[in-house]
Amino acid sequence: MQNKQLINLSYYPGCSLATTAKENNISLIYLFRHLGFDLVELEDWNCCGSSSAHSVDKKLAFDLASRNLSLAPPGRPLLVACPSCLLRLRQAHLELKNDPAACNRYEKKWEQPFNADLEILHFFEILDGLNLLKFSTENSQRLNGLKFVTYYGCMLARPPAMRREKNYHGLMEKILSSLGATSIKWAYSSRCCGTFLTVARPDVVTPMVNEIIQGALRADADCIVTACAMCHMNLEVRATLKQKIPVLHFSELISLALGLGKKEQGSWFARHLVDPRPLLKAMDLL
Amino acid sequence: MKTKTQPSTDRAIDISRRDTNFTSKVIQRSGVNINLCWHCQSCAGGCPFVGAMDYPPNRVIRLVQLGLSKEALASSGIWICVGCNTCSIQCPNAIDIPAVNDALREMAIEEGAVVAEPDILNFHKEVLHSIERYGRTHKFEIMLRYKLRRHDWFSDASVGLKMFVKRKLELWPSRSRDMDAIKGLFKRKQTV
Repeated sequence: MQNKQLINLSYYPGCSLATTAKENNISLIYLFRHLGFDLVELEDWNCCGSSSAHSVDKKLAFDLASRNLSLAPPGRPLLVACPSCLLRLRQAHLELKNDPAACNRYEKKWEQPFNADLEILHFFEILDGLNLLKFSTENSQRLNGLKFVTYYGCMLARPPAMRREKNYHGLMEKILSSLGATSIKWAYSSRCCGTFLTVARPDVVTPMVNEIIQGALRADADCIVTACAMCHMNLEVRATLKQKIPVLHFSELISLALGLGKKEQGSWFARHLVDPRPLLKAMDLL
Repeated sequence: MKTKTQPSTDRAIDISRRDTNFTSKVIQRSGVNINLCWHCQSCAGGCPFVGAMDYPPNRVIRLVQLGLSKEALASSGIWICVGCNTCSIQCPNAIDIPAVNDALREMAIEEGAVVAEPDILNFHKEVLHSIERYGRTHKFEIMLRYKLRRHDWFSDASVGLKMFVKRKLELWPSRSRDMDAIKGLFKRKQTV
């Protein structure tokens, strides 16, 4: 831990990271503290509405996202971990910026001025500006020899109204390569994981996930690195192929690369359905 | 159990019975000008779920353009769409197709249309129920209630069990505190 003043960022974990993907959450908070940021959880946040609210009730989706925006203290950016929550929150923010009537209703409902300047960031945007190797506890490229494919899912595709916003394409490859790992190109980096259809239509999601896993195996990767907890879950629970491949959260792999959370790592990896520990031990990362 | 959706090409559509206001209603509700669609089918080609849909995205748009409300609202395509935006990012005219599907789903519910994928709607209802109750989604309860609705406890049980063992399904919900504020958002007349 460095002896410097931590920069406060508001932090929206979202439901998946608060529960099913705790390992993603913990490794992220850990990593950011090491990088000099304190992630201050948004006081009393609620679900962003997920896929379901906008699927059947657009106004409710807008209200649920808006309440979170109203909770963000001014003067510091709001960091979001889940690409799907990020999209919901940014969409509501954009609507409030562009629609004075919506903005009016918002200000009456939440009894405070709308903060048009609130920066809503995905955690990638912070990492992008840093030379992570400098933060490595051993100052070495610990990921040397690890071959990975990146899986962004639908994170790289945005609605047309948000097309001009920052794109994260290639960012995980860039960062992990800087830490010594070898990126392998493959065809499924931005194929959707099936998200909520995993519940009602596993018959649709299973073959899709198997195709993705098969793609990673064919590319001769050691692991798949995901940007999103939902993708991570689907790639793990819906894969039915005999041959398995570990799926790692981006935040976990970076923490490993920097030599962070050595005590805690055991509990992160125990939560994976495909145990990544044999691979990580073989790579001398655990 | 699932019956396979009939391929759309097998169905004859009577295009003489059109709802002339339908197109403008969909445009207004979605805020998307679907008349920009020139049916290049990039969306249909790119959609990862097209195999599970009766009508691919551009054909649903065509139904709307023709004012065939019944066919559009009863299509499985609007429910299968998860909003991954693969289609809209490939659309040369930047048509926000997921937003069109959002609007069509709301209209299908409001107008009591045949819901082609009742399980998907049930799932959405359970997610919203969970948010109304806790302010956040409680996956374990969502799954239990969804299963209860279907009277189906055994399909997919092994996946649920695996998740449970790995503590990926938490027994207790993560909650918001100010539940009056959250519940207030649900008081407005709901579409579901």
